[in-house]
Amino acid sequence: MSDQATTHEKYYVPEKSAMAALATIGLITSTFGAATAMNQATFGNGESSFTTMYIGLCIFAATLFSWFRTTIKENLAGMNSAQLKKSYVIGMFWFIFSEVMFFAAFFGALFYVRTLAGPWLAGEGEGGAWNHLLWEGFQYSWPMMQTPQEAVGGVSNQVMANMGTFTSAHKSMAFAEVDAWYQWLPMWNTIILLTSSGTVHIAHEGLLSGNRSRFNLWLGITVALGVIFLSLQVVEYYEAYAHFGLTLNSGIYGSTFFMLTGFHGFHVAMGTIMLAIQLIRSLKAGHFTSDDHFGFEASSWYWHFVDVVWVGLFLFVYIL
Amino acid sequence: MGDHHHGPAKGLSRWLFTTNHKDIGTMYLWFSFAMFILGGAFAMIIRAELFQPGMQLVEPAFFNQMTTLHGLIMVFGAIMPSFVGLANWMIPMMIGAPDMALPRMNNWSFWILPPAFLILASTLFMEGGAPAFGWTFYAPLSTTYAPPSVTYFIFSIHVLGLSSIMGSINIIATVMNMRAPGMTYMKMPLFVWTWLITAFLLVAVMPVLAGAVTMMLMDIHFGTSFFSAAGGGDPVLFQHVFWFFGHPEVYIIILPAFGVVSQIIPAFSRKPLFGYASMVYATAAIAFLSFIVWAHHMYTVGMPIAGELFFMYATMLIAVPTGVKVFNWITTMWRGSMTFETPMLFCIGFLVLFTIGGFTGLMLSIAPADFQYHDSYFVVAHFHYVMVAGAVFSMTAAVYYWLPKWCGRMYNETMGKTHFWISFIGFNVTFFPQHFVGLAGMPRRIPDYALQFTDFNMMSSIGAFIYGASQILFLYNVIATIVAGKPTSEEKVWDGAEGLEWTVATPAPYHTFETPPAVR
Ligand code: HEM
Ligand SMILES: [Cu+2]
Repeated sequence: MSDQATTHEKYYVPEKSAMAALATIGLITSTFGAATAMNQATFGNGESSFTTMYIGLCIFAATLFSWFRTTIKENLAGMNSAQLKKSYVIGMFWFIFSEVMFFAAFFGALFYVRTLAGPWLAGEGEGGAWNHLLWEGFQYSWPMMQTPQEAVGGVSNQVMANMGTFTSAHKSMAFAEVDAWYQWLPMWNTIILLTSSGTVHIAHEGLLSGNRSRFNLWLGITVALGVIFLSLQVVEYYEAYAHFGLTLNSGIYGSTFFMLTGFHGFHVAMGTIMLAIQLIRSLKAGHFTSDDHFGFEASSWYWHFVDVVWVGLFLFVYIL
Repeated sequence: MGDHHHGPAKGLSRWLFTTNHKDIGTMYLWFSFAMFILGGAFAMIIRAELFQPGMQLVEPAFFNQMTTLHGLIMVFGAIMPSFVGLANWMIPMMIGAPDMALPRMNNWSFWILPPAFLILASTLFMEGGAPAFGWTFYAPLSTTYAPPSVTYFIFSIHVLGLSSIMGSINIIATVMNMRAPGMTYMKMPLFVWTWLITAFLLVAVMPVLAGAVTMMLMDIHFGTSFFSAAGGGDPVLFQHVFWFFGHPEVYIIILPAFGVVSQIIPAFSRKPLFGYASMVYATAAIAFLSFIVWAHHMYTVGMPIAGELFFMYATMLIAVPTGVKVFNWITTMWRGSMTFETPMLFCIGFLVLFTIGGFTGLMLSIAPADFQYHDSYFVVAHFHYVMVAGAVFSMTAAVYYWLPKWCGRMYNETMGKTHFWISFIGFNVTFFPQHFVGLAGMPRRIPDYALQFTDFNMMSSIGAFIYGASQILFLYNVIATIVAGKPTSEEKVWDGAEGLEWTVATPAPYHTFETPPAVR
């Protein structure tokens, strides 16, 4: 058929490799360690040790490092056919798609609570018949500043027992809560992240036109913007905990706020590290040519992805 | 780079460090069989307890652990990995590729599975016991009221999900990128098609499952209130998130089985598959619909009436593409010169019994009727017809069908047919009566029952022991074939079989299609 190459380069099938086994040891040690430590904290006497988890994570990180190093070396040695490179592209694309679906679960939870469960708890609609039995007096609003538990006067007044103790924030992250517009961190973070998508694009164009210093400069700026974003996020979390009373414990508003922004922040951190590694590769080793720079391209796709997620967050967590 | 025409390495390192799709496929297959035996052992405990009313052998708490682990291990440990193993073995050979697209990641996807299941099984020995909240782990049973071992359960689900996602990305990349010249999409064997679509489903919903268990983890350990109404969350939210994964998951289980049956029925009918293109479109339609029917598992939670109706009609729609498939399989056999070797017997068994399961599914999809059926043994009967007589039967057929190609030896046909008939009878004796006790009101997941259900439950238990025992025969037959089966070197082991896998030597050499074959 005409849509396929008639002459085939040999597909590179790597020799035996210990990396999968090592990565398994790292992954399993860290997850087992994490589970054990969490259980010690919640069900034990409160003392917990995350040492096992950290050991596992170190093994894992070291393995990934050498895994990627091997892959890069293979590419530099010319072992990768055009076809194999396409496999990497497809792999990265569907990996990002799976990340999209992970966020979709949390966005879905947010929409469900905001449009259905919240109003029902307050007695509205077909699902609301139990309000006067269980959560008398609970009013629904978003951001939810008073949990149903507090509306009935705390755990001791709850009809249903043993569901945990929740507090509420006295201040939300909404725009209405700040005194002056420029004090609203999410706006700055939006500007920063949108800009960084542009700068990473400029860096890409620099690379495509063979202008390495332009590539390095704009990639460096992108990494810096990522770091600034994360720092502001830390400031915001500090504010939330220290001054707003907004914590993981503050009912469903705190739960969705921290899980969505937290996982997003984690992904920004990953993306920043990925881009920083590409920057180091370019600066120290002169990697990447105008027609062969998948490591950078994949990282930049990832970066655009976290950017798009942020736009969703900004709309549905902060504004609407 | 060394010599590429080498055989396998010797010893343990061959398996630990391998990048070969056949080695990895073999490991997946054996691992899934081991899980099948383990999950089966738990089922035997369940059936032994239910042999008579009253408390017989085990504590209710332990009974709950058994039903939970049985379900989890069968779904995530037996059925899913077995089809991934089959994909590993067959997809490269079917599309004329030298291997999977990403061989090292392939090995990693496999090797994280055994330790994850080790952790899951080890929860049995932990304080407070293993998870006992059912394989669907509804909150708040799995959060507020869960044993501490739930944390290990959550992390093992994470690892299993990671394995599935990597495995499916690999399959997608292989199918999209590694087809031999001339192997256009519409020439791909149906097994490849169904797996491609399954892989899309997996990449789409495994992350949602990860989201569900992450919310559980946060609720349990970090004070969030996703599933607690006291904090403004909702336990029903759990069910929505879970079933958004869970319903596509049942198609993840059955679509590769459809693929297998679509390979085998034409081979033994000596006719090409009837309606190839409609099979592809039906598969895609089923996959699409599977995303918008999840709440048919939740008719009784108190959804608004509009929701009930939407999910009811959407669910009923699935019967249409499913019907197309059943029609095509039957029409393929119509006027074919059929023979009934073991793989074909299992496929015909599949066809009859899966269709029964589809019909009970249709009954369950009627929301007002489901108010009666829900959480009764009728549901148990339904999903065992589709998952055991559907997925497991077709997997068994696949093993008999391709085993000669894999190891260059024929299995014992008499023993194979005996295995089929014992399985077929054992299966029906086990699960057919469950329709009746279910309709009569026997709830699922309870270790005791009212006296009037005794006869049918005794039948069920006896059938289960028969079905269980027949798997020993299967194991014996497979091992006997591998060590001492009658050698065969015919490339095309079955005279009616079609496809590239039948053009390579028998047994299939360690590396196949290092240079792509020309397709027509
Ligand atoms: C025509 C196709 C099908 C329809 C209309 C259908 C419908 C349903 C409905 C409505 C339920 C919920 C019953 C209840 O809990 O009250 C159900 C349960 C179930 N179905 Fe199906 N189904 C179909 C095919 C399948 C297939 C192909 C599989 C798997 C291979 C499957 C596996 C399951 C499982 C595992 C459950 C029970 C889950 C649980 O609660 O543990 N179904 N089905
Ligand atoms: Cu379903």
